[in-house]
Amino acid sequence: MLDVTIRRRLGDFTLDVAFQADRRGVTALFGRSGSGKTSVINAIAGLSRPDAGRIQVGGTVFFDSARRIDVPTERRRVGYVFQDSRLFPHMSVRSNLEYGLRRVPAAERRIALEPVVELLGLGGLLERRPRGLSGGETQRVALGRALLAQPRLLLMDEPMASLDAARKADILPYIERLRDEMNIPIVLVSHAVDEVVRLATTMVLIAEGRVVASGPVGAVMGRLDLSAQSGMRDAGAVLDLIVESHHESDGLSVLAFDGGRLTVPRVARPVGAALRLHIHARDVIVALSPPSGMSVRNALSGVVRAVAESGPSSADVQIAVGGSVLIARITRAAVRELDLRPGRPVTALVKGVAFESADAAAVGRARVVDV
Amino acid sequence: MDLLSPMEWTALLLSLRVAGWAIACSLPLAVLTAWALGRYSFPGKTLVDGLVHLPLVLPPVVVGYILLVTMGTKGVIGGWLFQTFGVRLIFTAEGASLAVAVTSFPLMVRAIRLSVEAIDGGLEAAARTLGAGPVDRFFTILLPLMAPGILSGAIVAFAAAMGEFGAVITFVSNIPGQTQTLPLAIYAATQQPDGDAVAARLAVISFSVALVALMASEIGARRLRRLIGQG
Repeated sequence: MLDVTIRRRLGDFTLDVAFQADRRGVTALFGRSGSGKTSVINAIAGLSRPDAGRIQVGGTVFFDSARRIDVPTERRRVGYVFQDSRLFPHMSVRSNLEYGLRRVPAAERRIALEPVVELLGLGGLLERRPRGLSGGETQRVALGRALLAQPRLLLMDEPMASLDAARKADILPYIERLRDEMNIPIVLVSHAVDEVVRLATTMVLIAEGRVVASGPVGAVMGRLDLSAQSGMRDAGAVLDLIVESHHESDGLSVLAFDGGRLTVPRVARPVGAALRLHIHARDVIVALSPPSGMSVRNALSGVVRAVAESGPSSADVQIAVGGSVLIARITRAAVRELDLRPGRPVTALVKGVAFESADAAAVGRARVVDV
Repeated sequence: MDLLSPMEWTALLLSLRVAGWAIACSLPLAVLTAWALGRYSFPGKTLVDGLVHLPLVLPPVVVGYILLVTMGTKGVIGGWLFQTFGVRLIFTAEGASLAVAVTSFPLMVRAIRLSVEAIDGGLEAAARTLGAGPVDRFFTILLPLMAPGILSGAIVAFAAAMGEFGAVITFVSNIPGQTQTLPLAIYAATQQPDGDAVAARLAVISFSVALVALMASEIGARRLRRLIGQG
């Protein structure tokens, strides 16, 4: 359990943040740059000192202003993957990896070098210097170095921000494996929706130094009032689904979720596997009755829960579909003409689906498909 | 070798010894000073910075005079040293070392400070998250990354120390075999009616030592930078 309450003044900016996170899984601190996300993890790491508050990881109190506790960074044992990786330039990859490991008493070492090298695919790099590594390799080494310090908690500050899309796609699966195979809670700072949707279990939305919302990713992403504050251009709901069946002849798979089924192009995953889909709001069409004579295959019946303006001419409509939530971004004119307001039954038509793999076994690039 | 007379050999070897001791003893202090000045801000930093650089702009004679007043057997510190430990600096090779250490100190600090300032502060934060305390970080992160600056600072300061004249002659005088370093020997030779050849030979040696030192500092620092992954 991670329990964080921080207050800190930085000139005109006040950071006032409180949240809890599970012992397992990834907690994403999500928000625009300048919202205070990095300040939060710097405080958790002890690299900056809050004016007041309390930081506890598991049973260990790192900081408590009331009890005058402030454990120095070097004794907190939190792994930190920096945005700019910060590998030691004068050491080989191997020495970098072992730097934290060697500073942990032998009896307390649970994570050994070999499995981490294996997990992160670092085998061929061990004798090289950081200077010669690519961006993706560099971040993988930084991940391994943080892991080998036997952390109670792993902090990642936009670990993929400096990487291009291809490098990012290289490293994402490694972070997923880490999440799934190591029993270490992770706090991820990000301003990229796709990263959060793909990696996070819990989402803490931060704007101007305050927590605007926190909770399971699906619940936070499904909230209408947040898209403006978070700067989410890729607004949309997140669905957790199970592969229900495959229809080989049509090349389709049927995915079930709490609220209905989606038919999508054949996914390379066994029946029963978990999947997470990001349904972009702009890919959802709202109809008053189930349509006929249309190519869109996925029609889900639901009830309008809320409508909110999301741009000069657009509005976001939150639709409850069973126990799940979808968001549709449509024009305000359409809202008026269809008379969409809370309680109105509608049919949500899903045009496209962005795949975010939720299990480590089948990793692939996130892609958008029309269905 | 009869390239040099015994007296000239003595002067050369004495210079090497005086400069070697001076650098060896003042290097740790120079590293700490450069580290403090390059890394931290503290009250009185400007004053410390000024004091460190003072020997660079003061006439060396003044440095020698200050040493004479403070470190002489009747000086505040020198008197205490003499009475407590029986250590006498004035008119000795050790005194010469002290004089050249003071005048070459700023050169060393400047070179090391440059490499301290070039170190990414984030590396230290990273080391902290990996469990390294302050002393540990100094020796495993900062010191190796300072190495090119330390090497070039030490060599350049060594060369300058070999050539220091004013502070040495003022503080410890010009005693052959005791305090007569190369530049002092050259000066003495030029005062002799038949000393031209001696002066010329010693000047060539001075010139060569200085040139070799400067080149060695450049090459060595470049190699070290490559070794620590920054060249």
